[in-house]
Amino acid sequence: MQVLDVIGALLTLVGALFLFLAALGLVRMPDFYNRVQTGTKASTLGVILSLTGLGLHHPEWLPKIWLVALFVVITNPLSSHALARAVHRAGLPLAKGSIRDALRDEYGLESPALVESKVATDAETEA
Amino acid sequence: MQGGRIPRPADCAGTKVMSKKKSPLPRYLATTGLLWVMWVVLTASFAVQELAVGLLVAALAALFTWRSPRFGGSVLMMPKRFLYAMLYIPYLVKEIAKANVDVARRVLGKKLLIKPGIVKVRTRLKSPLGRLILANSITLTPGTLSVDMRDEDFFIHWINVESDDIQQASRKIVAGFEKYLEVIFG
Repeated sequence: MQVLDVIGALLTLVGALFLFLAALGLVRMPDFYNRVQTGTKASTLGVILSLTGLGLHHPEWLPKIWLVALFVVITNPLSSHALARAVHRAGLPLAKGSIRDALRDEYGLESPALVESKVATDAETEA
Repeated sequence: MQGGRIPRPADCAGTKVMSKKKSPLPRYLATTGLLWVMWVVLTASFAVQELAVGLLVAALAALFTWRSPRFGGSVLMMPKRFLYAMLYIPYLVKEIAKANVDVARRVLGKKLLIKPGIVKVRTRLKSPLGRLILANSITLTPGTLSVDMRDEDFFIHWINVESDDIQQASRKIVAGFEKYLEVIFG
């Protein structure tokens, strides 16, 4: 019992650490896309670890907790994908210093919103 | 894994064709049963009232979701597919953990060690559900984020672009997951 408690506490601590890193990423990253990367996804592991740690403290909660974790694992990528896709469609350019935007190249000049983003990024690379 | 909860035009078209041949009832009942089991696990109670309301809610929810694509019984019946599905889970967990540490290192670096960009990759997977799970796995792995997909082309935002050549990027991002999913979805 004692051992389980210690392991659970450690897992929760490591999970909290990853959640903290996700928050730090939100502040440090240069543009929306990179923030989605760190902000929503480093938190997946953080949530799984802290929930599992909690489950070790209260073994009777474990099935419920894993169901919650499974839900997070399934929905988290969907929401970050939906956010990134919507924002890219709306024409938000990548941060300065990005290597390339293959998606913008693919759409070419079809959508007016993307024309604007093309101009914006080109102006940025020239500046 | 019940990954397929978003109706996509292609999948729905496929299932409609199938349901013309077979009665939809078993599929509907299976969905109801699964949702009911989830309800029971979540409420963690066997009181008659709880069970009855759960069954009612499950039956209603199943009306909207039974068409969603998912692993049929076929996956469970074929040992090789089942084995690879079971192997996929630890592989995914390992990849997520590895990539989390990698991103953590990038966030903590004195200077941000990132080289972001959107690259195009290509998958060999044909099944829509397989592609859905692939896109989700790519997004779950920190450092790579599926922004859009067009048929077999995925557009991935990569926090540290190692190569923007389709072949090489596909090998780095997609190939590992593909190896398993190819077997699972045939």
